[in-house]
This record gives sequence, C-alpha cells and structure tokens, in this order.
Amino acid sequence: MNNDVPVSSRRQLRHTAVAALGAVSLLALAACGSADPTPAATSSPAAFKPVAQEEGSEITVWADAGRVPGVQAYQKAHPDVKLKIVTYSGNANGANDLQTKVQLFDRTGSGWPDVAFSANVNDGTWAAQGKTPYAAPVDKGLVPAATLNGFAYGALNPCKFNGGTYCLRNDLAQNVLWYNKKLMDKFGYTAPTTWEEYQALGEKVAKEHPGYLVGTAGDAWSPEVYFWASQCPASTTTGAKKVTVDLQDAKCTRMAKLLDTLIAKGSVSKDTVFSAGFIKNQAAKVLMLPGPSWYGQVLFNSTFKIPKGQIAAAAPLKFEGDDKNYTGNVGGGLWFVSSHSKNLKAASDLVTWMTTSDDYQATAGTYPAYKPAADKWLAGQLKTGYFANDIDPAFKEAAELIWPGWSATQYSQEAIYSSTVIPALNSGKTLTDTLGTWQTAITDKAKPLGYTVN
Amino acid sequence: MTTHLATERSGRRGARSARNPVGRAGYVFVSGYVLLLLAFGVLPTCYAVWLALSNSRNQLVGIGNFTRTFSDYRFGPAFVHIGLYLVIWLASLMILVVLLSLMLHGRMRRASTTLRFLFYLPGALAGVASVLLFLILLDPAASPVGWLLKAFGWETLAQVNAPGHLPVLFTVIAFWTGAGGWIVVMYGALNSIPDEILEAARIDGASTLQIALRIQIPMITKWIAYMLILAFAAGTQLFVEPQLVSLASWGMIPDSWSPNQLSYQYAFQAGDFNGAAALSVDLLVLGLACAALVVFRTGLFDRDEG
Repeated sequence: MNNDVPVSSRRQLRHTAVAALGAVSLLALAACGSADPTPAATSSPAAFKPVAQEEGSEITVWADAGRVPGVQAYQKAHPDVKLKIVTYSGNANGANDLQTKVQLFDRTGSGWPDVAFSANVNDGTWAAQGKTPYAAPVDKGLVPAATLNGFAYGALNPCKFNGGTYCLRNDLAQNVLWYNKKLMDKFGYTAPTTWEEYQALGEKVAKEHPGYLVGTAGDAWSPEVYFWASQCPASTTTGAKKVTVDLQDAKCTRMAKLLDTLIAKGSVSKDTVFSAGFIKNQAAKVLMLPGPSWYGQVLFNSTFKIPKGQIAAAAPLKFEGDDKNYTGNVGGGLWFVSSHSKNLKAASDLVTWMTTSDDYQATAGTYPAYKPAADKWLAGQLKTGYFANDIDPAFKEAAELIWPGWSATQYSQEAIYSSTVIPALNSGKTLTDTLGTWQTAITDKAKPLGYTVN
Repeated sequence: MTTHLATERSGRRGARSARNPVGRAGYVFVSGYVLLLLAFGVLPTCYAVWLALSNSRNQLVGIGNFTRTFSDYRFGPAFVHIGLYLVIWLASLMILVVLLSLMLHGRMRRASTTLRFLFYLPGALAGVASVLLFLILLDPAASPVGWLLKAFGWETLAQVNAPGHLPVLFTVIAFWTGAGGWIVVMYGALNSIPDEILEAARIDGASTLQIALRIQIPMITKWIAYMLILAFAAGTQLFVEPQLVSLASWGMIPDSWSPNQLSYQYAFQAGDFNGAAALSVDLLVLGLACAALVVFRTGLFDRDEG
C-alpha cells in the first residue's frame, strides 16, 4: 500500500518537516523564563485556608483493600455520613498512585479524595509540601490535641512538617527481635539483649548449626532494621529539605561490620524473607530475625506458616557502649485529610475514628499507633495464642524506642538500598565496601528532589 | 504512527483518489482513525512539545528543560541502558524473526500453521500480563524452568536480576511477547513473492540459502524496515518491563532504569512535568530520526521500486 504514494509527496513531507522544525526551534529560541521547576523547598506553604465548607456533603475516601473493611465499619456506625469508598493500591510496596493522582489533580484543579490512606510512611514529605499541600494540617483545629497526644512517642514524626501535623498514623512498625523459642530452647540458646551478644550467637550458630539464620540483609528495609537501630545518620533531616547523610559515621560502620561478619559466616542471609526461595528453603531455619512488629502475623504466621507456640518477641537490642537501646521502624500507614475538602469535619472525624477507635484498631492486622488502642490490640494478640511468649512488653518498649534521628524523606531509602546495595552484596562485595556507593546513591537521589545534602 | 500519518496525508493529495468517487468513501473510513489520532496522538505530542519548552509558570524557557534533564545524573545511564537493550533486541529481533519466518515458509510448510499459531500465542496476551508471567519465570525457586537458571549458577532472584543481565532479560521478555506477531507478518510478506520467481531461481540451480539471501530477503526489505521503525520506537519507550520487575523484586532495579521511567519519576515524584516532557520529546526526536533514516534509506514510501 505504501507503493501508491507519489514521489512528489516525499518532497512535501520534507517541506512540512522543515517547517515544523523551524516553528519549534523559534519557540525554543524565544526563551525568557528560568527552566528551574518551582523550587518546592524554598516556597513555604501558605497558611492553610479551608475552601468553602458544605455541611453534610459527601466525602470520597481512598483506602487499600486492607483498610476498606474498616471504612465500611465506620459507615455502619455512622449511617448519616455520606461516603464514597474507593479501593486503590494504598501505595504499598513502592507504588506511588496517590502521589501520581494528586499531581494530576493539582494540574486539573479538582478530583482530590477528601481522605486518603497510604501505606508508605514517607508520603507526608510530599503531601505536606508545596504551594498548596494536598494534606491539611490536622492539628490546626481539625483533631483535638488530646487525641494527638495519645499517639506513641514519635509516631507522628513522619507527619510533622513546618510546625504542623499533616496526617494521623495508622500503625507503628517498630522493630523487635523475633526468635523461634522452640528452636532456641532445643539448641540451648537464650535470646541476646545486646548486638554484641547477637553477633557472638550468630557466629556460634554458624559453627554449631550451619544453615540456621539469625537475620537477613537482602530485604529492601534492612537499613531500617539494622542501620536505624544502630543510630546511623543515613537520613537525618535538619530542616525543610535539608538532610544529613554520613554513612562513614562510626555508628554506621559498626553495623556494617557486624553484618559483614555474619554474612561471611553464613548465619545472615543475603536474600529477602519474601522471596519464593527463602520461603521454601530457609523459613523453617530462622532462629532469630530482627524486624518490624508486623513480621509476627504477616511473615511468621501467614507467609512462613510457622505453627503456633514457637515464635516469640524480645526487646530491641542495645550496643554495649550506648546508654539506651534504640530501634527502627519499617513502614506504618498514614491517613490524610485533603486540604481541598468541602467537608473537613466529616473527613477528620473519619480519620480520627480509623486511627483511634477500638472497634477498628483493636482487631486490625498491624500494631496501632494510638496507645489506648494498642493496649486492646496486644490483649487480642495474647488471646490468639499464636506467640510463644507475651509480646506485650517487647512491643510497648520498642514503640517508645524508635530513634528520632532517622527521618522520612521524599525519596525511598528502601529503593536505594535494593537497587544499590543488594546487587553489590550478591556480586560478592561487603557492606563496608559498599557504604561509599550507597552514600553517593542517597545524595544523588536527594538532590534532584530539591534537598540540600551535607 | 508517523508513517501512517504520512501515508494518509499524501494519499489524500494523490490525484487518483480525488477523481475517483470510491475515494470519497475512503475519507469516511479513515475519519474515525484520524479523529482518534488527533485526540490521542497529535494533540498530546503538541502539548508535550509546549511543556518541554516552557516552565511551570507558563513562560518560554527555550532549551532550558533539555539542558537541565541532560545534566541529570540519571540521564546518561538511562540512555546507555536503553541503547544496550536496543542493540541486543533489534539485532535478535531482525535475525530471529526473518530466520524463523523463512524456515516456516520454506522448510516446514506442513507444520507451519501450528507453529505460526504457537509463535503468535504469547503476543495475544496483553503486554502487562505476559510481563507478570515472567516475574514468576525469573525466580529460580518458583520457576518451572528453574533448573535452567540454576545451570547458569543463579540461585536467587537477586542473582538473576543482576544489573548486567537486565538488557538481555528485557530482550527475552520483549522477544517472547512481541516477536510472534512479526513472524506472522513476515510470513505474509514471503507469501507475496510470486512462486514463478522462486521456481525460476530453483531451476537455475540456486540453493535454499541463495534464494533466501538473493531473492526473499531483498524482496521483503520494506517489511523489515517497517518492523525496525516500530520496534525501535517501542524499544526506546521501554517502561512496563523494568517498572514491574522492579516492583516485584522490591526495587532491585533502579526506578529510573529507562528514559521513560526517568520521565515518570520527573512527573510523578518531583512533580516536574516540564522536565518529564523534555525527556519524552528527546525520545520522540530519536524515534523520528530513526524512522526518517530507515524510510529514506530503504525507500519505504517510494512507489517506483517493487
């Protein structure tokens, strides 16, 4: 069919192409503005001004499949509230649908959901920034201070920007030391309380029971499990869009060395706990595993299918030289109220109920960030009889021990670790070797997003 | 897409169809396509060009967005990745597709229908679905071909996904999902070669290889060129494969592995639509340049030849 085209059309095609190119290059030459994107860092958001409110108007709620039953329970308890529930990915596992959609809504000037849940604990960094942030500051008359004070220590840190609180925390993912009590008893070991004891036990396991594991370093969230607990300054924001990254700090190298030793001995795996291979071959050989509170039900019970009465939780480990044990945090969902909402009252009531109500939180899948609800939740866990010890003391202690020096950032530490460090580990390099590359990767990632790195 | 547009426009101006009343029905037939093309092809392209030349305050900035994205530390690696991928992919696509269709056409006429169907089958799955299938195939512990991966010494997904393997991995995925359709097209092209020519060659004592090299391949050059243009454009815009494999491996592949992913990062992580548009215009220019080169080199639009 292409053969029917007369030769002269080729000339015409060329003429059209030249004309189009000319027009575009004229536009290109007619430069008068700066190419810098709106510097989000320096433009401090204008004071929050609600839009005209319509009492009793319908609110749209975006939540993931895990949270939707909760929203439906709220609807049942409050039949007069008009709700439109939309199920979406919830930004889990590195998806960023909410941010993508909000960017588009910002351009079109409408469509924002009144309430949004995000499983990504870093989402506050973009939702609370910019000229008109998507999130409304909930501490400015939307949620009473007494409620905000009921959250665990530091639980609302990922929501705090420019002196405001821009979200409510759904759940905490404080790290504890998980261990298989049945195996530990069988081998005659006791759970360590310091990282030094942990390393010694790891080396002993490698010798006496090769194949058994005391940890994994191939998870995307390994930095948050090990390096956060070691108080490594890998992600310390010191102001709006100012971040300190120093992986050569002694508090980073001590953890890198510890892990390198255990990886070399074979008792710390380079794999991730959720890989099909790990679940199939190594899950039953996990002796200890420092990790988030949700490992208990999500990983050991549902994924590894470890039988009842084996898994126990101990308090986070301490370095002998430190005055206190600190721990990290892996995720934890956030609830946002839209600053564009026409019914802020209904929206804030919903997020308050979702995060603090015993009706929902006490039986939720993850540890509630709101302390009174957490008590009820722990009582519920005891009743299930899954764990080999009462996880209450370890969980509560860990919830108050999250090191405040590690901040949420607009870029994901997890993505950087998995694309930079994990391939290096698998190619035979050690963590200590990789710290430099890792540091560069964080810096590179932070700068284009408007961060000043030092 | 560009080639379609050009063909239609020049077709409309052709003296023959204007005089011919049947030609008017042609307008009706293409109108639906033209409308959709304008709405979803031409307009977005113009908008992207405008965005690329302006900033978020709607001021013209010249080539500012282009120089800004060019100096991004991810720009170079992304284009190197995609370049490597294109070299491997286009070479294997051209060689294997032509080879397989020649074999189907000449040697295996009896099994040909079944084989063509088999080749085409993976392409019948929607693109994303077939990539999802690969997520399982690539994990040595879950894969039905795990023994093959282990034979290469890869025991975990992390080892399969090592940065150096990615261009080849994506080639395998793209070939498996896309090549079947092209094999069918090439087979059709080979069928259009008159039997007398092949017979004459055979009587003159030409071997199968000589027939393929001297007669069949030269006579389907235009189809190969057409494939090259579309495959190049699709290849530079690689997005779904790295994005999904990255999600499935908890981010083991950088989120800006390909230029299109980088553009996505600009738009939706940094909220910088102008930078994102500049990157997509880069890709448009690359695609157009390749198309122009191939079109004018092979005389795809000439009516005199063939």
